[in-house]
Formats: sequence, C-alpha cells, structure tokens
Amino acid sequence: MTYSGLKVITQGFLGNKGWKPAWRDPAPKAEYDAIIIGGGGHGLATAYYLAKTHGLTNIAVLEKGHLGSGNIGRNTTIVRANYFLPGNSEFYSHSLKLWEGLEAELNYNVMHSQRGLINLFHSDGQRDAFVRRGNAMINQGDDAILLDRDGVREHLPYLDFEQTRFPIYGGLLHPRGGSARHDAVAWGYARGADRRGVDLIQNCEVTGIDFENGVVRGVQTTRGAIRAKKVGIIVAGRSSQVAAMAGMRLPIESHVLQAFVTEGLKPVVNHVISFGMGHFYISQSDKGGLVFGGDLDFYASYASRGNLPMVEHVMEAGMTLMPMIGRAKVLRSWGGIMDMSPDGSPIIDKTHIDGLFINCGWNYGGFKAVPASGWCMAHLMATGEPHEVAQKFRLDRFATGHLLDEEGTGSQHNLH
Amino acid sequence: MRLTCPLCGSRDRREFYYYGAEDYLHRPGAEAEPAAWDAYLHLRDNPAGMARDLWYHEAGCAQWLLVTRNTVTHEISGVELVAERAT
Amino acid sequence: MRIDGKGLIDRTKPVRFRFDGKDYAGYKGDTLASALLANDVRLVGRSFKYHRPRGVLTAGSEEPNALVEVVGAKNQTPNVRATVQEVFEGLDCRSQNRLGSLKYDLMAVNDYLSPFLSAGFYYKTFMWPRAFWEGLYEPIIRRAAGLGSLSGKHDEGIYEKAFAFCDVLVIGSGPAGLMAALTAGRSGADVILAEESHAPGGRLLSDSGTIGGMPGGDWAALVVAELTAMPNVRIMTRTTVTGAYDHGTYGALERVGLHKSARPNLPRECFWRIVAPHAVLAAGALERPVAFEDNDRPGIMMASAVRTYLNRYGVSPGKRVTLFANTDVARATARDLIAAGVQVAAIIDPRPDAFSVEDCPVHVGAEVIGSRGRLGLSSITVRKGAETFEVETDCLAMSGGWNPTIHLTCHMNGRPRWDEDLAAFVPMEGAVPGLVAVGAANGSMSTHGALATGRAGALKMVEALGRKVAVDLPEAEDLPYALKALWAVDGKGRAWLDFANDVTTKDVKLAAQEGFRSVEHMKRYTTQGMAPDQGKSSNVAALAVLADATGRAIPETGTTTFRPPYVPVSIAALGAGGRATGFAPQRFLTSDQASRDRGAPMIEAGLWYRPSYFPKPGETTLRESCDREVTMVRQSVGIADVSTLGKIDIQGRDAGRFLDFVYTNTFRTLPVGRVRYGLMLREDGLVLDDGTSARLGDAHYLMTTTTAAAGLVMRHLDFVHQAFCADWQVRFISVTESWAQFAVAGPKARALVNSFLETPVDLPFMGVAPVRIGGVDSRLFRISFSGEEGYEIAVPTRYGEALFRDLLARAETMGGGPYGMEALNILRIEKGFITHSEIHGRVTAHDIGMEKMVSARKDCIGKAAATRPGLWGPDREQLVGLKAAEPISAGAHLFVPGTEVHRETDQGYVTSVGWSPTLNAWLGLGFLKDGRARLGERVRLVDHLRQIDVICEVCNPVFHDPEGEKLRA
Repeated sequence: MTYSGLKVITQGFLGNKGWKPAWRDPAPKAEYDAIIIGGGGHGLATAYYLAKTHGLTNIAVLEKGHLGSGNIGRNTTIVRANYFLPGNSEFYSHSLKLWEGLEAELNYNVMHSQRGLINLFHSDGQRDAFVRRGNAMINQGDDAILLDRDGVREHLPYLDFEQTRFPIYGGLLHPRGGSARHDAVAWGYARGADRRGVDLIQNCEVTGIDFENGVVRGVQTTRGAIRAKKVGIIVAGRSSQVAAMAGMRLPIESHVLQAFVTEGLKPVVNHVISFGMGHFYISQSDKGGLVFGGDLDFYASYASRGNLPMVEHVMEAGMTLMPMIGRAKVLRSWGGIMDMSPDGSPIIDKTHIDGLFINCGWNYGGFKAVPASGWCMAHLMATGEPHEVAQKFRLDRFATGHLLDEEGTGSQHNLH
Repeated sequence: MRLTCPLCGSRDRREFYYYGAEDYLHRPGAEAEPAAWDAYLHLRDNPAGMARDLWYHEAGCAQWLLVTRNTVTHEISGVELVAERAT
Repeated sequence: MRIDGKGLIDRTKPVRFRFDGKDYAGYKGDTLASALLANDVRLVGRSFKYHRPRGVLTAGSEEPNALVEVVGAKNQTPNVRATVQEVFEGLDCRSQNRLGSLKYDLMAVNDYLSPFLSAGFYYKTFMWPRAFWEGLYEPIIRRAAGLGSLSGKHDEGIYEKAFAFCDVLVIGSGPAGLMAALTAGRSGADVILAEESHAPGGRLLSDSGTIGGMPGGDWAALVVAELTAMPNVRIMTRTTVTGAYDHGTYGALERVGLHKSARPNLPRECFWRIVAPHAVLAAGALERPVAFEDNDRPGIMMASAVRTYLNRYGVSPGKRVTLFANTDVARATARDLIAAGVQVAAIIDPRPDAFSVEDCPVHVGAEVIGSRGRLGLSSITVRKGAETFEVETDCLAMSGGWNPTIHLTCHMNGRPRWDEDLAAFVPMEGAVPGLVAVGAANGSMSTHGALATGRAGALKMVEALGRKVAVDLPEAEDLPYALKALWAVDGKGRAWLDFANDVTTKDVKLAAQEGFRSVEHMKRYTTQGMAPDQGKSSNVAALAVLADATGRAIPETGTTTFRPPYVPVSIAALGAGGRATGFAPQRFLTSDQASRDRGAPMIEAGLWYRPSYFPKPGETTLRESCDREVTMVRQSVGIADVSTLGKIDIQGRDAGRFLDFVYTNTFRTLPVGRVRYGLMLREDGLVLDDGTSARLGDAHYLMTTTTAAAGLVMRHLDFVHQAFCADWQVRFISVTESWAQFAVAGPKARALVNSFLETPVDLPFMGVAPVRIGGVDSRLFRISFSGEEGYEIAVPTRYGEALFRDLLARAETMGGGPYGMEALNILRIEKGFITHSEIHGRVTAHDIGMEKMVSARKDCIGKAAATRPGLWGPDREQLVGLKAAEPISAGAHLFVPGTEVHRETDQGYVTSVGWSPTLNAWLGLGFLKDGRARLGERVRLVDHLRQIDVICEVCNPVFHDPEGEKLRA
C-alpha cells in the first residue's frame, strides 16, 4: 500500500485497522538469482536497487536477526558529502543526491533533514586543511562555505568562544549536510525491496558459503541450504567472519564506537556540529534528544558496548566546546561494531570467487553511504563491473598502495 | 576497563594506548614478498572471541604489552611484556 | 494531604518552595513530589506526545511523569524528577512541555488527533512537497517534541569526578543491601554502600513490616549506625550506581549539592568511577502498572508509591483511595492507609480467589476498565463479570506486580532469564563478572529472602577475599510471592504502557499488525521504552502485549537491552573538569612569560602555546611584524624558542644501529660531534616524521622530532625496540621537558653566540658541541630551520627563561630580536623546509623528493611497503614551490590554465603559503601531479572559498639560497 497523509487520515477514521505489514515474512526458496547476506541498511539498499534498477527480483536478503539490527540502527544519523580525496568525493556526492530524493523514491519518510553541518577548526593549519576539503567539495559539485569566527558565532552563538581550550578560529559549513531517521532508512528500503518481490528472510543465519572451482554456488544457513548464482556479503560488524567462510582474510579490524543520546529537550541545537579537536560531534533529533558521539574506544571489540574513559572524554569535549549542554542528561549510551579498514575507506568489490562480492570496511561513515553503497553494490553484482563512483573501493588497494586515507593516519586500523 | 601491567599492576584503561593485533610483532624480513607485507600490515583474523593484541603502557612504564583478551566479553586472560614474550 | 504522626520528614524544619509561580510549604526530608502531594497538587506535567495531564506515578528515579524544570539564578535544569529532587528553601521549579499554562495546554489538541498520530504515522506522511520538510513539517514537529528546555547559556555549575576503590560495592540499602554491607563490613572488607535516596533503608523506610521483632526502619537505623561506625565502610547516599563496565568498574552519580539552596563549597554533582572486584546488586524491584483505558490520569499511582508517600513522607495522595492490584503484598497499601485514618473506597483484585476480607470493600475477580477526571482522577470504572460500576476516588493505587531491578546485570550484554512464577525477568548469573544480585533484584521478594540472600551473596565475596565472618539472620516475614500476570485489561480505549512516551497497547498491536514483530522493531516503531525513564515500568508489559499480539510466549519474543546509564546523568557531571581550558593539558615554554611581556599573542601548537609574533610599537598588523621579523633574521639575527620539538636521548652500544633501523638514512656513520637530518617512515612506507639527530658520543645520540609527532615517535621507538630488537643494547628516554632550546639565526648569529660562551667555538654546519654558559653545561648545535647561519642552544629547562631574556637583550644590541611562529613559517617556506602541513600522513619520501634518502644498503621501518606501485610514479602529487605576484592561499587546488575546474581536472593542492619580504613575492608549497617534471610551468590556483583565482609559477621549493651558501657560511 502507498503511504500518504490522506491515508493516515482515512486510516485514523477506520481505527488504523487497515494498515498492512510493511513487508512479507517469506520462507526461503531453494534457489535465487542472487542472495544478499545481511539485512542492514547497505544490504537492503542493494536488494532494492538490484530489483528496481537492474530488474533482478528473484533475490533474497538473509538476515540472522531482524532487519536493520546492526549499525543502521545504532549510528548518529549524520548525512554529508564532505570528503576530499578523489574516489571518496564522487561516491559521497552521489550518495547525497540519492538522499535528496529518498522519501519520494521509497514512499517512506526517512526524515532526511539538511540542517547544515559545521566542522570547526582551531588553528591556521586546520583551517587550511578544511579549505582544501571545502574546495574539493566544490570541485566535485557539492557545497561548502568558509566561516570565520564571527560567522560561526552567527550560526552557533552558544559555543564557548571565550574560554574553550582550543579557540574557535572558524568553521567549514556544508549546508546540504544534515541528518536522517536511521531506522526509517532500513525500513524504507526493506519495504521498497519487498514491494518489488525481494524475499526478506529474517532469523536466517548464514553458516557457510558454497563454491566450486572458483565459482559461487550458494549458501548454507540455519534454515537450510540455498542455491544462488551470485552472493553479496554485506555484513558490517561481522565481515571477517563471513568472509572467512569463503577462505578470505580481510583488511578489517572490528572496533567499538560509542554514541549517546540525552533526554528530550526543546529545540536548542539546529545544526550538526563537528569538533574535530575534541573528537566530538552533536546534533539534535526531531524527538528532542541531543545525539552525540566521539572517537572509537580504540580496542578491537565485538561487544557493542564501550567503557567510561571514552564516555568521559566525549562529555569533557562537549563541556569545553558548548557548556550550555551541561544540564542535559545522558539517557542512553550504546556501541556499534565498526569495520575499520587500513585507510579509513570502504571496500565494494568482487572477490577471488566468481559471483561472490563483498561490501565492507565502512569504518564509522557507513550511514550516509547507504544509498550509494546499495546503488553501486547492485551495479557491481548485476553487471560484474564496478560503478564509476565506487571504482576506487578495491579490495586489493592496500597491497597496491592506491590508498584513500582521508585522515592520513596510515595502516593502523583504529586510527581512521 | 582495567589492565594488569606485569610491571605496574592493575591500572585503568586510560593509561594505555592500543595498537592492534599481535600480527604487528611478526614483521616480514627485508626480502619478503609484497604479499607478506600486505598480510602483515593489513590483513587480520579479527576474531570474535579470543584474541592477542598489543597495548602500550604509555602513562606508566612505557612497556608494550601482549594481551590475551576476549573481544566479545572483554575478559583478559593474560598479559605479558612484548620485550620478554615467549616466542 | 499531610497525615499527622507519620513519616520521616522533619516537621520542625518547614521549607518554602515554588512550583509554577505559586509558593508552597513542605518539610525538610520531603521530595518535591511528596511536598506537592501534601499540598494536594496532583497535576504536575504534560505527556510527551498527546500532552495529557499527568501526575506523580512513582516515588523514585523511575518516574515517567513528574518531570520539572528547576530554575536557578543563571540556568535552568530540565527534566528533574520531582520524585527525587529534595525540597529546600527557595527551590523554584516549573512544569514543562506545555503551550500556555499547565491547566490549559494548547498542545492538548494532540490528544483529540490521536487516531491520526498512531505509532509510526510520521513515516507515512510529510513527504510532499519535498521542500516542506525542513521548511514546515519538521520545525513544527521539533517544537512539539522534547520535554524540558535548556537555557542556552553556559552551565556555570561546579561538577566533580572522582575515583573510589573498595573490596565490595553494595548497590542499594534495603534489607538485602544492608545485610550484605553488614556481612562484608564485619569481615573487615573495604565496603562502599551506595544508596540512591538521601537516607539508607530502601523499602524499610516505606513499609510497615518488622525485622528481628522491631519496625523495619528501626532495624535499618541500627545497622546503619553500626556501619557508620566501621572505618572500613563508606556509606554514599544520594548516589546512584549508573553503569557496570569492564573489570569491576562501576559508574555512579552522587547528587552532592542539589538539595541545598546555598552550596558555596559543594559541587552540584560528582561522577564516581568505583573500582570493585566484588559487587552486590541489591537494587530491589520496580512495581509495574496495569494498562487499562485512561490509566494515566493524575491521581493514578503505583501502590508502593502511595505506601511510600504515606509512611516515609506522611502524605496521603488522596482522601478517598482505591487499590487495583493482583498481589497480596499490595494490600499493605490499603491497610496502612486505613490504619492512618485515610478512607479506602475499594480494593479491586483481578484474582477470583483472592482474600476478600479487609476493612474496606473488596471486589475480587474484578478489573478497573476506565477512569474519569479531566485534570485529576475523580472516579474509576470497575468491571466484575458482566457488571460494571463506578467508584468515586481521587487516588487509585495500582500494582501489576514487580520487576526486579536487573538493569546493571544487562550492561555487559547479559540477557536476563524469564521467571514464570514471578512473571518477570531475573538476572542471569555471572552476567557481570564479580557482581551478584540479591534480594528482590534477584527475585527474592520477601524480607526474609532479601536478608538471607544479601548475607549469602556477601559471604561468598568475604570468602573470596580470604576473610571470615559470622552474622546472624534476624527474623522477618517470608510471605510467598506468586501472581498471575495482569499486563493489560481488555478494552477498546487507549491504555497506556509507556506513560513517558505516550505508547498505548494499541500502538504495540499496530506495530505487530504492520510486521514490526521483533521486540526491537516494536520498540523503535512505537518508541516504547525510549523516553527518559527508558521503559523502567513499561518494557515488560509492552513485551507481554507484543507476545500476545504475535501469538508467542514472552521468552521467545525476546527482551530489549538495558544500557547505561541506569538513571540519566548530566553531561556536565560526566564531563566534569572539561570546561574551558580543563579539556586538555596546557604546555608552556620557559619563555612564555617573557614572550607575553613583549606583547606576543600566544597561539596553540598542539598542547603548547607559542608566540605568534612580537609586535613593535607602531605595528598594527600581523603582516607588518612578521615581515620585519623575517627581514631581521635574514639581515641580522633572530631568537626563537624551539623547545617544543621532541627530544629523545638514545644511548647504548647499538644506538646507531637502532637509528639506522628507524630512519631511512644512515646514522652509524655519523661522526661524534655532528648532526644529520633524518627521515622516518611509518611501517606502511609513508612519512612519519623528520628531524635532526646529533651524535654526542660513541654510544650516545640525541634525536629531535617535530612538535606534533613527539609522543608518536617515542611510542614508535618503544615499539620497534621492544618488538623487534629487545636484545640490542640501546635505551632511550624523552628529554623534551629537560631542555630549553633556542634558535639563534641570521648573519650575526655567530657573533651573538660567541658573545656569551665561556669559550667561543667554531662549529661547522651540522656540528654539535658541549658548551658552558654562565657555568652551566649546555649544548650548542649548528643547525638551521631558516636558511641562515643558525645555532640552537640547549640549556637545562630551569635556565631557559633567563637565557631567553639574555639572548633577546644581546640580539637587540645587534639589530636583532625575537621572532615568532609566523616569521618562522615564512622563513622555512622561503627555504622549502617541510612541516606537518606537507608531511600530512599521505606523502612518501618520493613525493617530497627525498627518495634518495632511503638507503639501499640497509633495511629500515617502512622501506618494503614504500615500494608499492601506487606510491610511486608520475601520477603521484609531488612537492613543488609556487610563486605568484598576487595573494595565494593554502588549501587552494591547482589546475592547468584554460581547463575546466572540476575534480577530474584537479592537478594538486597548496599546503603552505606566505608573503616573502625576502623575495618580494607570494610563495607557496604544494603538491602537483608529476610536479618535479613541471618546474617552470604555470598553474592556475583556485580557492573557491576565498575567491582566489591566480596563475602561479611552478618552482623548485627551495626559493632562498638554493645552494645553501648562507647555511654553511
């Protein structure tokens, strides 16, 4: 059924009895043209575009838990296209364009809100690095505005301009940056894929990948074997384990990234603010909670939870930058499992096995990438060729040295 | 989170710096193939379970530690000095 | 209303406070909630979504309704639980989330629109037209959402953080916690007893039972007195343990000064990190409401809360109370009220076989199916079999049983276990290593059970600590606790589950109908459990409703995850110490004061503060001062403090061998008394750092790192040494803070240096020698970062300031003086010297034209990985100089003149620029594709952000004295 304001009103009068399930709950078939392992944002988006753009509808998404149970529902919901290295620029630029039409595309309100993102800088050197970034964004066709201290003050009058440890020199404003409602993205793609015939199979864990003579044949699951001509691994947080089923060792280390939300408050923070010097970023959700986070806990972990040192560091950063949030109370903290790659950029590529594809290594930038990641992964799986905006996300780039290291911190996984 | 440094005893996590997996200890020789260097620098088992990884007691004795740790529960079952590790 | 003779409040100490602009009186010992109820104020807030009138529901931190703003002189604190906030003289607070007054909230219109605001409605609409989302829909939604508000002003409150260590942490001080603390305390173990409320005792302060033949409160007082007298026991009241973390670390929030009107020497809150190998969770249980139509009116409260208000605070929340409960224990509420002289209009018990003889009407096998009263309860509708009837009442005490307070046991991913008898989740043993749940928190609901398990839990820990103790168990009630769960009463209207987020049973059923059948889906679709109370009183009931709607049993439906913190914690408390400059250490040079004395603006360089420039009278711009300082260095002599550079003292027979391993070039061959520039790679082959190292003796080197990478390099050296060559005879230590070091640069540098050396020396370029200055052993290096003849003098730190002032005085007699970071930067750009603006982590030795510095004759860190094909060749951007007549800017990108400006035509970028008074031109350093092959070409420099579009000449990056004649003079 198509959603609309009118439908909400008519259903309201009918006691909301007429709403249909957002997706079916099918049993797995014996064979599909393609299987997506992983029912997270990237997997669901891939399935959606495979069906919508490439007409491949005899496909299934296999999810070991429930749809959207990974990082798609655990992030801080920031959407931006402010990368500066060729390879990343065009990809995130493409993603942002997809975001800008996503509600209409999916007939689902993902609440994408372009509230503007401001990256603060605190020295001449940082300013110049952001100018390089801003110019790269404009060269790519995206938007960026350099703000001086007074410019930042106009947008964010509540920052501590007098006493903060790292004085605010200015900021790079990305007006098209913003946020979205994370779960809705997963649900919107899921519903869209289901409407086009994709089988979304929950509680179905993949336990093995079948291949013969270098060609993929299908997967083993907790609900039986399923044959498939093509298989895509899209399982951020478990990439190493699933890839190992195909004999692969990935350039990935899994790390925990914590995030926080406060109790609901009346509107007080309009923008998305990023305070790199303090590893702190913040926005306010439509429900009123301040949503914020910081850096990794830095140790490899699959625990989906973190520890106090980083919690406190993030809060201290918040207090030096914008002490007006001091009396907001942290309601909940949680952790996601990040696929950290050796250059901080993702992988969307074929593997050494024909018909087996992999999409991983999103570090902690995966949420905003969801539309383009699905778009490009679908393109790769359907055509066998990388999409032009994702062609640098190669699995072998670490071996060859064609790195995409935005942070410049090198091959240590947790530094990106 | 706490680690027991063999020299300093039980200490809060914030005294330590984390590097990565034990792999970094197994540096290929100068003549090794590029694939060996790729594996050394980038490829990881990345286990969900028992792992051995490298920590540095930066705000303490400046010793690098080889820690045996469960990446799912964070339970630590062994800490030894890198410089005196059993090889 | 206040009940004479009841309660633990201090009636000799009346307290005046204000709510929504009206003055009220309470007593010391009251919470805001008890004081308001004593004043017959039932309406205290509006609900989140429908703006329904709401009153106090509970008597603890789990309160979903009674959230208020506390107003201070400079700031307000939103979302304060009236059930936790103690009243004090002058407390000023107001209700929140209303448009207009609390009684006439205009947003209450939402309640009438509720059919259209069902779970997840916003995902289905507001999509058209696209531009209306940010412009119209979202601003309206945002204004309507949220609860309390921040002032937008800096929080000027004082907050603290602290560490505490103990053998046994006891969380909660009810019968189980007191017994555990007593047992551990008597054994001599170091004990911390944390109690959320302002007085220890837990439910013993609210209930009327006896322990050891005396009232429970008296027994608690005796135990507390004994514990207080023990030097090994710390009782922390007003302290909530908020989280369980790895390896016996717990977070706890202490409300230190929030109950006082004036607190000159007290912080508002203190966040504790408590390290305890053993912990007893004795946090009790939370009573759960029953979902029936309109069960959210002010006056409908938890039965235990009514008991607490009566027995602890001497308040009856109603004059004609009713009770709706499915357990025997809840009957105590009615009995206590009757004993205190309060009328109990009826007891409604859904159990057909329940005990029906009380001193008031009892309806067994009956249910409450509705309520009336616009701003407060006036009557309830009761259904018994086919019959329904109204009961007039102004307070309904309800109880659907109890949920053990298991939250902390889930903080480390522990999944609780469903207990069918209790119809509740209980902790999984071992879920948090070292923590044992006892008493009601573990499902032992009787007082005897609490005492016995509290003692047993502590005994295990005492034993593990190698101690012994014997503690008698006092006598107490041991009534069985068993119930048939009652989650929701059948009915057509809206029956609330999550009061705080306005989630009704209909919403949960709608979620299931729409396929959101997983508990996580239901939670996220309906927002059940996501409000300030995190579903403390509603999650289990919602799960039960979902289980029913999807035809599953509760255990197979699942649980949601409890995550820290147990109660919301202010950002200011968790971030205590971070305010203003407290966020990161500040490092000051020995010359700091002398520089400030000369009016130098100090700027951040990492954690350091360095002088930007030294303005002279008459100079009005940075540029004027900077140009003068550059010219001064080029023509006479300048002094700069360079102590921020990292200095590592390296000694041992294998020191040279070690340097050869970490540097790309060779240091074993460096003669004693000489200095060499070294390039250091990361193991991935990209440049890590550069700097000079001096050989001070046969087995003694001194390495210099950049300011930014000092810590990084030290860590790197430690790793390389300990991981790869621990058996080499080399040891090193950072001596950055031990030496103050000053650059003396310019044609007159030698004359200046020799003017104060006890014995003048004639050092060759890149030489080092020990010298004595005023009787102090010092070091003199002949190195230069300016391109002029240059020296660096190092003295022990304590002499730094004196030497700096002396150097300036001498320089000034020669036409020289100090120079700051701005001039230093121009000088090095003129000379083509790189900093971390250039070696920004993505460049190779090849990129900066130093590939020849990678020795072919030895292995070194990074050598192998640097040969990867992607790190070589003409596609790489290489370091070049840029020269222009007009201003150019760092961060600009480079293009071939005449081509379109786009990512695909991008040729490179600019890293550093400045006006060179020496060359009378704008100079820049940057990276250009195949740059070294393009010297002499013209490139177009485009900076969209600063509207700069200039043609530049591509040059050798060494603009000044390319042959190095001045350096070697």
